[in-house]
Amino acid sequence: MLQAESKRYGERAIKWLLALCAALSVLTTTAIVISLIGPTIGFFEIVPADDFFFGVDWTPQFEPPSFGVLSIVAGTLNVTLWGMLFAIPVGLGSAVYLSEYASPRVRKTVKPALEVLAGIPTVAIGFFAVSFILPEVVVPLWPDGLLGGAEGKPFLALAAGLGIGLMVVPIIASMSDDAMRAVPRGLHEGAYALGATKAKVATRVIFPAALSGIVASIVLAISRAVGETMIVVLAAGSTPKFTLNPVESIQAMTSYIATTATGDISTGSVDYKSVFAVGTVLFAMTLVMNVVSIRLVRKYREVYE
Amino acid sequence: MTSSKWLAAIVAAAILASGITACGSSDDETASGSSGGDLSGSIRIDGSSTVAPLTEAVAEQFMAENSDVRVTVGTSGTGGGFEKFCAGETDISDASREIEPEEVEACNKGGVGFKDVHIATDALTVMINNENPVSCLTVEQLAAIWGPDSKIDNWSEIPDLKESYDEELALFGPGTDSGTFDYFTESINGEEGVSRRDYNNVGEDDNATVKGVEGSPGGMGYAGFSFYTENEGSLKALEVDNGKGCVPPSVETAQDGSYAPLSRPLFIYPSEQALQKPEVKAFIAYYLENVGSVAEALGFVPLTEEQLTESEAAAAKIGA
Amino acid sequence: MEAGRATAPRNRLAVAGARSTTEAMLRNQPRSDVIRNAVFAGLLLLAVLIALAGLLALVIQAFAKGSSALSLDLITNPPSTAFPEKAGYRPAIIGSLQLIAGVMLFVVPVGVGAALYLEEYADSSRWWNRLVEVNIQNLAAVPSIIYGILGLAFIVRGPLDLGFILAAGSLTLALLVLPMVIIASREALRAVPDSIRQGSLALGATQWQTIRTQVLPASIPGIATGVILAVSRALGETAPLLLVGATVFVTFDPTPFGTDGYSAMPVQIFNYALRPQEEFQALAAAGILVMLVVLLAMNSFAIWLRNRYEQRW
Repeated sequence: MLQAESKRYGERAIKWLLALCAALSVLTTTAIVISLIGPTIGFFEIVPADDFFFGVDWTPQFEPPSFGVLSIVAGTLNVTLWGMLFAIPVGLGSAVYLSEYASPRVRKTVKPALEVLAGIPTVAIGFFAVSFILPEVVVPLWPDGLLGGAEGKPFLALAAGLGIGLMVVPIIASMSDDAMRAVPRGLHEGAYALGATKAKVATRVIFPAALSGIVASIVLAISRAVGETMIVVLAAGSTPKFTLNPVESIQAMTSYIATTATGDISTGSVDYKSVFAVGTVLFAMTLVMNVVSIRLVRKYREVYE
Repeated sequence: MTSSKWLAAIVAAAILASGITACGSSDDETASGSSGGDLSGSIRIDGSSTVAPLTEAVAEQFMAENSDVRVTVGTSGTGGGFEKFCAGETDISDASREIEPEEVEACNKGGVGFKDVHIATDALTVMINNENPVSCLTVEQLAAIWGPDSKIDNWSEIPDLKESYDEELALFGPGTDSGTFDYFTESINGEEGVSRRDYNNVGEDDNATVKGVEGSPGGMGYAGFSFYTENEGSLKALEVDNGKGCVPPSVETAQDGSYAPLSRPLFIYPSEQALQKPEVKAFIAYYLENVGSVAEALGFVPLTEEQLTESEAAAAKIGA
Repeated sequence: MEAGRATAPRNRLAVAGARSTTEAMLRNQPRSDVIRNAVFAGLLLLAVLIALAGLLALVIQAFAKGSSALSLDLITNPPSTAFPEKAGYRPAIIGSLQLIAGVMLFVVPVGVGAALYLEEYADSSRWWNRLVEVNIQNLAAVPSIIYGILGLAFIVRGPLDLGFILAAGSLTLALLVLPMVIIASREALRAVPDSIRQGSLALGATQWQTIRTQVLPASIPGIATGVILAVSRALGETAPLLLVGATVFVTFDPTPFGTDGYSAMPVQIFNYALRPQEEFQALAAAGILVMLVVLLAMNSFAIWLRNRYEQRW
């Protein structure tokens, strides 16, 4: 291939300038790690690691304080679980519908609608979750007394979960739809020619073929759900509880960071450092999920032609 | 569309954006220029989120009359506010409690002099559901319910309760960040931060305490007086017996001190350095003049004549 | 000819026969299959309808709750604690505009520059180039509140030490959406066929000339779409701004480097949503409506851009 190798200074300079722009990403990651690590180390000098990682009581500002992070990790997982239980069927169902069943005209209206949903600010979804989903959807529909009942509770993990679910449906739907449409037409035609019904084609042929993209979309959605702050702050509350019960009020890692860092604590105190320790856990979790999703895509990618 | 047209479009958008901004700020000045005083400058206030609405309301009115002064009010909490104050980053600190010894030390180190100015009182209210027959609890009973080792789960388990009410106890309270939490735990349990941990923590959202108590027959929660007055028909306010009989929270009982121990003074702490600025001096004077009317509207307890004179004297003493 | 005239009707017969057989076969699908297919299709439709219903409910509820607060005051008035009927979003709107202006100023050169480097110059077998790619992918998945921590530790305090000013918030948001811009720009650049580049180089242009005159202009619509989507994401972000000091009660119009404090739309909405009085709840809902309108306009513009100017090679 022809590669124009210019001896002019300008070309080299431009290349270096652009390389600098790209290197900024590495700089950002380094900065994030540095800003988290320092106070985290300071935190672990005060709080023993096994208290932090294996404790289930997160009460850092009570006297005496307790720093069991599992409580707020459970809160995050609680909300994420219910969110994904909503988002995966709805998202995948929409994706299959869009790619296999919908006419081009329907696609033209529904796909942009999903993109609108994707662009809604999380504070709006959080407001919707606490002022509508909680009182008008969860409380009326939840069976009385089940798991403690949903009556009289101003915050519910389920309300936040449904809000988060709604937020990530576009991610799953859009990416899975793209993945399914990328499956070669030959597979479609071949399956129909062999007499398969539409449902069978969709579920037995196309879906497995697009699996890597679909799984990647789900992992990305989980990652977004874990990192979501505003919806949890507005709808799930601030009571750390080691539970997956949907009709409880819980505190997630992100809401702890948000309310504590903007609230009434002094820099240098152990509560302040706990914010960074929790941030490190959160960062590590999303990093791992991201790596897993990349590996999954690579492992299951079907190569055609 | 060629790239030069794109460039033109982007530049046009940028000009439009800055035009709106510039338009906005010049509008600001000309529109209220007629009522502007000759004070100018900026006043930075931060601190308690309980006091903030009062300060915001006063600041608004002050800025309407002195359009060249910019007042900003942050809500980092009483402790967070003091931290910034003692580092010289703010001019006035809003506080829902008195400054603590460590904070005094920090201010001395930072070279920041101050005096507390009492600007209003808050009657911390314990609210219960309308169905609840109980009307009064003693401080000891409250401590038994809210104490760190409390195992009370039902209203019928409360010691020495006259009424019988067999309902599950549903507790609601603010987060540990809150000055309200600090004050309640100190006055009822004897030490700040000491409390049972299994209550419904509403964080910053005291409104959720109201909703929770409204929705649970056995509900009980505590929040600032304004949250009770805003919702007076839908909840009951508990009377508190501090050894001298049952006292309900109200403007009068908070002012004369009979609603104890839950009536708490609210302060602003101006710094000596800040008071060198004429706009800050004027603001403090304006504050004391006008906070009374604002306080009642916002659900706080205004100062008595006596308390007002005291505060004015205190404000005059700093940086004189 | 005789054979041709005879085969035409024979062909027609054959086709008709095949068609009726196929139809018969399809019509004679076992009932269970037909039901199963119908149920399946129905469930899929239900899924789509649930998603759309959620979106609709959100908008309708915001409208219902916020309609009482909708007036021109919303945009022109500053926030007010004492007079909620007169409160508005003006400093927050101006703050948001300035924030995204700053975001664009940073993210367009740096993002497009990084994408150009990775697509046009970088040798992907080198480890440091792969490191950069991995980093960008990871950064795109980092929660927004972590960027808030980064902003607090590095931009507001720390090395840059800008203080709690609007420019700091802008920079924090820019870092948050930068990966999105880089990824979208790379897609746009990748869509330009190699033959264009090679033709240009063959005619004696340098690499930069090729990029400047051929590759970039062709990929601008894709890049612009990516930038607009990234900016609309930045517009709606609340959590990082909370940590870098978007003060809530600001009644004057903020400036980029002013130390008197600033505010932004989503932060102001959040603050109103936390207040108990009905008027503030209505204000929060009204603010949400304003944001939805703006974001809808931006996203529609981006989609129109992509559809109108997308080049098919």
